[in-house]
Order: sequence, then C-alpha cells, then structure tokens
Amino acid sequence: MSGFLVLEDGSVFRGRSSGALGVAHGEAVFTTAMTGYQEIVTDPSYAEQLVAFTAPMVGNYGVSPQRSESARPQARAVLMRRATGEDWPRWLQAQGIVALEEVDTRALVVRLRERGAMRAAAVAGAASVEEVLAAVRAQASMAGRALVAGVSTPEPYRVGRGPTPVAILDYGCKRSIVERLAASGVEATVWPHDIDAGTLLASRPAGVLLSNGPGDPAALPAHVEVVRELLGRVPLLGICLGHQLLALAAGLETFKLPFGHRGANHPVLELATSRVLVTSQNHGFAVRGDGPEVTHVSLYDGTVEGLALPDRRARSLQFHPEAGPGPHDAWPEIEAWVEEIRYAQAA
Amino acid sequence: MPRRPDLESICLIGSGPIVIGQACEFDYAGSQALKVLRAEGYRTIVVNSNPATIMTDPGFADRTYLEPLDVEGLAGVLERERPDALLPTLGGQTALNLARRLAQDGVLADLGVELVGAGFDAICRAEDRGLFRRTMESVGLRVPESRVVTSLAEAPDDLAFPVILRPAFTLGGHGGGTATTPAELERLLERGLAESPVGQVLVEESLVGWDEFELEVMRDARDNVVVVCSIENLDPMGVHTGDSVTVAPQMTLPDEAFQELRDAAARVIRAVGVETGGSNIQFARERETGELRVIEMNPRVSRSSALASKATGYPIAKVAAKLAVGYTLDEIPNDLTRTTPASFEPTLDYVVVKFPRFAFEKFPGADETLGTQMKSVGEAMGIGRTFTEAFLKAMRSRELEGGAEAPWAGLDDLPEGVHPWFRVELKRARELVRSTRAASDLVADDWLRLKRAGWADADLAAAWETSEEAVRAARRSWGVRPAYRRVDSCAAEVAAESNYLYSTWGEEDEGRPARGRPRVVILGSGPNRIGQGIEFDYCCVHAAQTFGALGFETVMVNCNPETVSTDYDTSDRLYFEPLRAEEVGEICDRESPVGVVAQFGGQTPLKLARAVEAAGHRILGTPSEAVDLAEDRERFAGLCGRLGVAVPPWGVAEDAAGAVAVAEEVGYPVLVRPSYVLGGRRMRVCYRPEDVAAAAEGAGHVLVDRFLEGAVELDVDALCDGEETWVAAVMEHVEEAGVHSGDSSCALPPVGVGPEVVAECEEVVRSLAPALGVVGLVNVQLALHGGRLYVLEANPRASRTVPFASKALGVNLVEAACRLIAGSRLADLEVPRGQTPGHVSVKASVFPFARFPGADAVLGPEMRSTGEVMATAADFPSAFARAERAAGRPLPAGGTAFLSVRDADKPAAVELGRRLDALGFSLCATGGTAAALAGAGLAVARIRKVTEAGDGATVVDLIRRKRVELVVNTPDGRGARSDGYLIREAALLARVPCVTTLAGAAAAVEAIARATRGETLSLQERVARPA
Repeated sequence: MSGFLVLEDGSVFRGRSSGALGVAHGEAVFTTAMTGYQEIVTDPSYAEQLVAFTAPMVGNYGVSPQRSESARPQARAVLMRRATGEDWPRWLQAQGIVALEEVDTRALVVRLRERGAMRAAAVAGAASVEEVLAAVRAQASMAGRALVAGVSTPEPYRVGRGPTPVAILDYGCKRSIVERLAASGVEATVWPHDIDAGTLLASRPAGVLLSNGPGDPAALPAHVEVVRELLGRVPLLGICLGHQLLALAAGLETFKLPFGHRGANHPVLELATSRVLVTSQNHGFAVRGDGPEVTHVSLYDGTVEGLALPDRRARSLQFHPEAGPGPHDAWPEIEAWVEEIRYAQAA
Repeated sequence: MPRRPDLESICLIGSGPIVIGQACEFDYAGSQALKVLRAEGYRTIVVNSNPATIMTDPGFADRTYLEPLDVEGLAGVLERERPDALLPTLGGQTALNLARRLAQDGVLADLGVELVGAGFDAICRAEDRGLFRRTMESVGLRVPESRVVTSLAEAPDDLAFPVILRPAFTLGGHGGGTATTPAELERLLERGLAESPVGQVLVEESLVGWDEFELEVMRDARDNVVVVCSIENLDPMGVHTGDSVTVAPQMTLPDEAFQELRDAAARVIRAVGVETGGSNIQFARERETGELRVIEMNPRVSRSSALASKATGYPIAKVAAKLAVGYTLDEIPNDLTRTTPASFEPTLDYVVVKFPRFAFEKFPGADETLGTQMKSVGEAMGIGRTFTEAFLKAMRSRELEGGAEAPWAGLDDLPEGVHPWFRVELKRARELVRSTRAASDLVADDWLRLKRAGWADADLAAAWETSEEAVRAARRSWGVRPAYRRVDSCAAEVAAESNYLYSTWGEEDEGRPARGRPRVVILGSGPNRIGQGIEFDYCCVHAAQTFGALGFETVMVNCNPETVSTDYDTSDRLYFEPLRAEEVGEICDRESPVGVVAQFGGQTPLKLARAVEAAGHRILGTPSEAVDLAEDRERFAGLCGRLGVAVPPWGVAEDAAGAVAVAEEVGYPVLVRPSYVLGGRRMRVCYRPEDVAAAAEGAGHVLVDRFLEGAVELDVDALCDGEETWVAAVMEHVEEAGVHSGDSSCALPPVGVGPEVVAECEEVVRSLAPALGVVGLVNVQLALHGGRLYVLEANPRASRTVPFASKALGVNLVEAACRLIAGSRLADLEVPRGQTPGHVSVKASVFPFARFPGADAVLGPEMRSTGEVMATAADFPSAFARAERAAGRPLPAGGTAFLSVRDADKPAAVELGRRLDALGFSLCATGGTAAALAGAGLAVARIRKVTEAGDGATVVDLIRRKRVELVVNTPDGRGARSDGYLIREAALLARVPCVTTLAGAAAAVEAIARATRGETLSLQERVARPA
C-alpha cells in the first residue's frame, strides 16, 4: 500500500505503508539517533509528532516490551527510509501507528532544516493530497500547544524502594527517568501533572524531579506557577520540559527552535569543568539565557542546556541524562542530584 | 586548551612497506597528520621507508627520511633532528613497536624526545597480553580466558570447552585447532607442542560464533571521549576483522546493548591510558546472552579507523594529531560542517559495507581457510542508503578476476554464523531479481526497486542473459538515473558543503556540480591487490593535485577506503563509487568533464577507458587505442618490427598442442601465459614440452615467448608529449629475468650495465613512446640478453616504479605527466634532462609468505610482493644493504652461510662460496652443492637434507636453531614439500635472510663486503645537494 507525507508548505514525500492505514496529523520532526526506534516512538515527548528517522534501516532488532518509554506509542506516525524485519512493522500496525518506508528521509530532513519543523500529515492508503494539505493547514501549530494533560499519569504511583523519597512531576515522564532514579536507591512517587504544590510538599519529598514532556512550555502557565511555588522550598531537578518550566518559573524565557534537537550525539559543554557530555536530546523549544545561571551549553548551536539556581536548590538539564535511547555520559548527573538531596536530607 | 607552545618540532613515524595488515591507511593517516601539524606551525620530520607514500613527498614535511624503520634508522634521524616530540600513533603497529623499543632502549630519554599521543605505559598496557588482561579486569571487563602451556601435564582443566589451541611461532597458526573434549585437547596439545619450535601452545577460550563489533573512540587531554563509529563484522568471531565483511554503523544491536559497548569502550581507552587520539577497540559479544569480551585495543590509528573515517567523514587521524598537540575535542571544528565541533559524534543516514580483497590465486598451496591471521591484501567499501545497496556495491568493487576464488562469492553462498538479519535482507534483494525475467517487462518503479536494492546493470544483465549495455539502455528509457548524496557526518542536520558523494536511486540529488572551471575526472585504482597497490594511489593523488594547480576542477572516483585519494581533501569532489562502467559512466554524464584521466590508476581505469569513450567522454592523454596497441601482442610486435626494435621470439596458441608447437619454433626455454594478465598471473617458465602442455592446458588463448634466461632486466619510466620523449628513469633489476619486475629489487641508476646500454634503452623508448601515441607516462620493460636489447612489454600508463623514480630523481613524474596531458610540450617543462643522480637508490620488495604457509617462498614470474621499500646511498652495496634492512631482512656481517642450489647454478655457487669464504663466513651445504664447493677447494660442512636418511641435525634443524645466518637456495622447481621448500619455510620462520636467486645472492654478498653505513640524509637535503 502506498502512502505519502505532506508538509504545510505543500511538499509531498512518497512512501509505502509499513504500519497501520489511515491519516496521522502532527508536527513533522526528525531524529538522528541511530538506535532506539522503539524508545523514541513511545517517548511521550513525541506526542502529536510525526517522527522521521535519519537512520536508514529501522526495525533491525525487533520490538521488546522492556524498551517502551511509556505504555503506548506516542508519536503519531513514523517515517523511514526502510523498515526491516517482521516484528517492527507488525508492532506499528498493531499499535495503530501510521508508518511509511521508502521515504526520501534525507530530502525531508533538508526541508525541515531549511524551513523549520512543520505541520504535516502522513497518509497510509489512498487520499487526495489537496484535501489532506488543506487539513494540515487547518491544524494548530506546535507553538502554543499544551499537551501534557494527554500524556501524564491520571493517578499517582510509586516506584522503587529506599530511604529517600522523591516526587516526580509527570508531564509525560519517560520510564528511563523513573528507572534511573530507582536505580539510585530512591523511592519515587510519580504525580499527575496538575498536582498542586501544597499536596506535593505535604508528601515531604527530599527532592522533586520535573519530568520531560511534549508541547510548548509557554502554554503551561499553571504548571509554571506550581514550579514557582516549589522553587526554594524543595530541591528541584528539571529535565527537558521540566527544565523549561523551571526556567520560566525563574523568570527566563523560552522560544521555539527552528527544527529542534533530536538525536543521541549532541555534545554539551559543562561550563564549570569544560567537560563534554555526549547527550540524548529531544526538544523543540529552548530556554533563552546567557547569565551566570547557565551551567551547560550546546556545542551544536550554543543554546542553553542546563541551569543552576543554587540558592534556590534548583537545577535543570535540557538534554536527557537518563538516555533511553542514547549515551550514558550524563547518568552521573542524576546520581549526583540524588546524592545531594540525600545529603541535604541527612543534614 | 590551545596547542602546546612548548613543542616546536615533531617527528612522525610511518608504517613502512605495504604488508598484509598494514596498507595505505597509514599513509592516509600520516599525510593527514602532517598537514595538520604543519598548519599549526610545527616543524615536522617524517621517517618512512616506503617511497610510494604521499607522506614521504618532500612537500609534506620539513624533513623527509626514507630510512629503515628500525632502532638504528630512527635513532640516526632523531640524533640529527632532535625533535621535541615523537608521534607514534599514526604509523600502525610498526611505529608503535618502534617507539616502544626506542623508549625501552633509552634512546628517547637520552635525546630528550617526548612520546605524544600514546605514552610508553599506555603502549605496554595495550600490547602486553598479561598487562592488558589485568587492566581490563580492573575496570570490570573480561578478555578471553587463556593459558600458556609448555607440556601435556599442564593441559588446563579450568577452561570451558571448546578451546582453541595456538602453537607459538608457527606460520599462520599452523598446528593449531579447536578442541571440544578433554581427549581432543590432549591430542591437539601433543601435536601443537611438537609443531611449535619453542614447545609452547596457547590454549584459549573459544569465542567462535560470537558476534564481533569494533568501536572507534577518541579521547582528549581533558578526558572527553567520543565514539566516532561502530563497525559490525558479518563474519563472526574466528575470522580476523581485516578478512571480514564489515558494516557501519552496527546494524543488529538494540540501543541498550550498543550503549553497553560504548560505555565499555570509554572504560577501555581510559584504563589503558591513551592520553589523546584515537583507539580501535574490538569486542566479542555472545548473541543470545549478551556476554562481552574485549578482544583487543589498538592505542593508535588503525585500518579500522581509516575505514571509520571514510565511513563517517570524520577525519580521525587529523583530529588525533590536533589532540596530540593539546587541543580538545570541543575546540576542533568538524571539517565537513565547519559549524559543529569534533565532539559531535557522527550520525549516518546511509550504510557502509567493507569487503576484503584476497589474492589466494597468487599462493597456490596456501591454506585459504580464514582465521585469526589476516590474509586479505586489500579492501573495497560501498556506500548506499540501504544495507543491501552498500553490500552489493562493495562486493562488486572487489574487481575479482575471472575465476578467482574468494569467500562471499555470491549471495547464494553466505558463510556460517552470519546474523539472521543480514541473511534476510540479502535474501530479499536476491528474490527481487529472481522475480524478474527480462528488461522489457519492467516499468520505472520496478527499475527503481531493483536499483535501490543495490543491483548493478551488469548483475541484471547476467540474470537476464543479455548485455549490460542493453540493460542500461532499457533502464534509462524509463528515466531511471542515480541521484548523488553527500556524506556529511551529521545526517543533514547541519548544512554541510561536503564534497564527498555517493550514488543512490529514487531520491533527490544534492549538490549538482555548478558550471565553472573545466573539470577532469580521475579514475582511481580500486582495492589494493598484488600488482596494483599504493603506487597507483600515489599517482592519482598527484594527478588531482596537479590538475587542481593547473586550474581544473578535479573529480576523483575510487572505492578503496584505505587511500589518500579517497580523502575528501585530495580533490574538489570525491565520488566513493565502484570503478565500473556503469558508475563511472553515470558520474561522467553528471560531471561533463573536459576529459577523463585513466593512466594513473593501474589497469583498473585502463580497462574502463573503452567504456568511457563509448559513453561519449574523452580520455585525456594517451588514448585507449594506445592501450590496445601495447596489449595486443600481434599489433605490438608488428610495431616493434617496423621500428626495428627487437622482441623475444613469440607466438600464440589456442590449446596445449599449439603451445608446444610454438615452443618448438621459438626455442626453449619459453614463458607461457594467458594472453591477458595482471601481475604475471599464471605465468610459467617451461623448459620441456610437457611443461608447456601443462601450463597451456585449459588456459585458452596463450602467449608463448622465448624466455631469455639469465638476461638482465631493465625498467624504464618515460614521459612523452606525443612526439618528444624524455626517458626519466632507467632502472636495473637486481634479479635476473624470470622474476617479476614487481618482485625484483632494482637500482637507479643502473649499476651493472654500461652507459651504452642505458643509451640504447633510451633510444628504444624514444622511438616506441610516440609510435604508441603516448601522451603522459609510459613504462617499458627491456631485457639485455647475449649483448642484445629486447623489449618485453610496454605499458602506456604510470607504472609501479613512478613514485620510487620520482623520489630517486627528485622530479615529480606524475606532475610532469599531467602537464603534458593538459597540453604542455616537453620543451615547456622544467625537467632536469640528461642528468643522472649522484647517488644510488635501491628499491626492494617485501613478501607475505609468512601469511601463507603451504605456498613456496620463491621468486618467479608471478608477482607476489605486497609492498616495497627504498634506500639511497652513495654506492650500490650500501644502498642495497640498507634496502634489505628496510625490508626487514638485514644482511649478516658474518657467521654461517648455507648454500643449496640447483645443478645449473653450481658453477656460480662456487664463485659465491669463494666470496663468502673470503668474507669470513663458514660454509655449509647439502650433498651436491657441498661437493661442488669442496671440489673447488673450499672448506664446507656437509649437512643432511630432511629427506636424507642419517644421523645428526638436518638443515631445517640448523636453521630453526639459528645456527645459520644466511641461506642461499635456488629452487629446482619440484615445489611443495620438497627439500628446497622446507629449507625456505624454515628460513622464513626463523627470520633468516633467504635468497632464492643467484643474482640476488651476488648482490647480497657484494653488499656484505662493501656496504658502508653512510650518511643519513633527508630527501630535502639530497635535492639541495645535487651531484
């Protein structure tokens, strides 16, 4: 079955269906990670996005439940040069994900790089390009979209055992974050995104982790408000969207990157040590800043990759220290934070 | 950190002659590093004995030494130059071992030279097995378990079966094996202990069948580590990675497993303590359990790092050189993107496959089983947007000669143990073709599907039993043409004006060449093989440089990842593509060059010349017609006749009986060969009709030449502008006719023949070159026999000796040739005509016999050397002695000489014996030779042959015990397992110099008698100090 991807600028990329049939609307983005396709597709930060893989062969090692970053696929569609094996296309189909292969993904990447991430639709099956394009243009843009409600946990739950209680504010939290924390010997409670600061603090966590998540941070004023209330009252670690919310709460601004950073090879400079971390990244928005609070910068485009507000016991990372997928260079960032709050707890 | 201000001069060690396991990848690494270091303002000194390298070109370093890569050679250079630092990580194992010895011997400390890149301790930790094991264990990693065993009683009982037995110091692991039970272990151990000359066997945990992965890792002085590339071997563990088909990036590991490797790699490079630079780390991984073993780590740039550089566009050697002088990974910009730093790990949106190129046909009798000893002589790489596209491109880039046996011969015959994912992908590609019947059935989409899977027009033509041209025409009638993609190291995430391209199908084309300067397409020489190696890449690189300097836009086509020509810095545009009619034709159509340069890449481009012309493009310089004229024996002999130039009597035959008839007519001995050969394949010297019949049997069209026994061979490189000819170099072979010119040592200027012979050679070439229509370089081989000069063959192209001659003369012959090709006349060129150098340069070859147990180590008409060295001195004996040292065969000053020669050589052997005796050698010999020597009144000990009954040590025992310092053994033609064979094998193993020709022996004795140490001089000084 043939299919196509149409971008809001009218460009069309032909392909062949290797997943579910249907039409999937969302923002077209690409990732340069060479492994971890299942992790990426199930990462809640990819909600309402159509993900193109620059890696040309996707599906090589099948599918395994342990690799999912959440309970279900989150990306709306998958665009590939070639889907391999039997398990991966079967899984995509079973999960109802529109997937196209034989797509000129490199041409697509060049288009997105030059014109920015765009509204788009992937179609598996017969459809009129004109009609789909009209629907694409009627879609809301990612800027201004609040999406965390769709991906957060409805109820709080607990993971791991240990003397150090940590609260995770789930804006679309990846399983790897929870696992990294659990591996550091903490007891993590994962809270719904709309929990209020009072309830959270009443649970007396040693620290609060603001998770990753999809959408535009600027569209989440209520969440920013909660972070502002937490700021200074409990140690905070923000990751990705959590980092952006922390920045907004601290009075900084966020902005939409032209086409985002998505991959597993992004070098980040840790300013204090001049050390380079090779990081896993997935963000379409970034924090504007050049003040003393900036701890990490991207060696790729100089954007902010980390913040620290020591007097308010808060810090944050734009990249994904938990990896999943990607290099483990930044695992120690999570471990170090856990050590810190444990120390503070003991003090 | 900025570059180190405390260093002013840096010495770089090259890797010496091309041998199996060490090829042009180190020229690529070295020349990149030199470029960087010079640009950083350092004074650079390079030492390498291999003249066919770009890194030893005088313009590449401040001081260039073509010296033997031994402690004496290096110490001599270091004493003269007193560099601040020595960079040993870019010259392969040779450079690393040498640096280690220089440090151990205290030379570096005495001279105050610092090792940069990898320190002495790091080298030891990586190279010493025991130390490496402990280092790995200290960071929680495992290496394969093993025990060294010296007696049956020590048979280990704590290793899990199967175990591998490797007897120490046997050729190619001879006498080893795999044991799966204790009984088998005992049996194999007994055999192994007997086979090992030192009675030692390594018993090792078997990882056969485990998957094998390699990571290319970089580390800087701030302890930042990045992974440049992952490589997966399709041949699982047990086959040397150099002999494996490999793919990058790795295809079958999920993220969590890959990250485990990445973490382990970072631990390895840190634990070994490579301060800065690149390392290659090899892992074995059990497919089901994920168990991991570290197989080895090279604390240096390696063959795999050259592959990784070409696969990713990340110039590992260049970055390693910058790291060595103090920069950090975040400070070094990525060449291709210019905006991202070297800490940005490459990400690939294509797949790369590397195929090894074997040369088993050159070593009849050799064991062709692939194992832990590398046996391939070259490699080809394919880039595609899918695995099968890359795989099939690399596969066809091998340029296998018809009938040559090779692993991975086709898709129907995959080796055992290949991961199922690869099998499924390859099966799919194969079935795509099987589902088609004929070109006429296909529409555009079908064509695209086949091409995107990687099939060449020629493959489809074979499947449909039609011609490649017909397939091409049908395909193009649907408008199906390739698109070209950039290798940019970042999967297009960053805009990169990369000039490094590969083809694919059904996609957008990027970077179509803009109109501008006139353009030339230079065809490279493809994978290294015996008879066509680095020398031709050297020529292609110079062609690109010269045409660039002449104002042309240069376009390089090649598929050999080891080379300098496939460095994107070498040309204006690089197409990493198979050197085949289809791909070259498409590139030419896209580039519309003013012409195609085909005379520098050896036979590969010459074979393409016709197809290029048929496609409507122009061959620059010598036209392809000249190639036909030179290669068609009938036409060539006719031409020589008209010019009054003698050729040996000859004839052609279609079968064995005809060959015998021709032999009778031209007179014995004769040289029998198939009419089209490269590197003397299947050439035989025959003395009797039955030998002729055997040699011609089944060979089809054969040439029968009178063999000029005992003739002196001369090799000439000349330049011609179509009318006028400049004979640049006349070189005299040390070995007599019958030894392939590529295997023979040679001297420039000639030392054994008089000026009148040289003048006559020049005369012959001056009449032949314009008559052939040569514009550019031509190589002519001549033989002096019975006072008469014969032309053996003419090659209207750059020859293997061009780099050697260029360096010996101090004239860049390729540059001169390119100027002629571009339209200059000889008269316009400033070449030092009529001038002979005031010193003697000797070229000597190195041979891979030690890799091929079972094959006889004698010189003959079939070329078998893999590489060459050069040495220059005031006189021939000194240059020859130095060249032999550089080739790893230092001549003894005294001791015992063993002689065993065939009957025809006995009189000459007496002369040889007399000279050795006079030099103070004691003589020993077997039966006939001993009798001949004793008959001449020489004191000689008679030694028993292996096949002779009796008591006492045999000659092989003596050689093994190193009681003999020099072996002279001329073959009697009886071949495998004969006494002669056993003698040569023993000498090879014991590393005793073994000379198999009388002329070679005479030169050796001359050198022992008269060589002086001489002065260590750089190329730059020699040029500045003419005769």
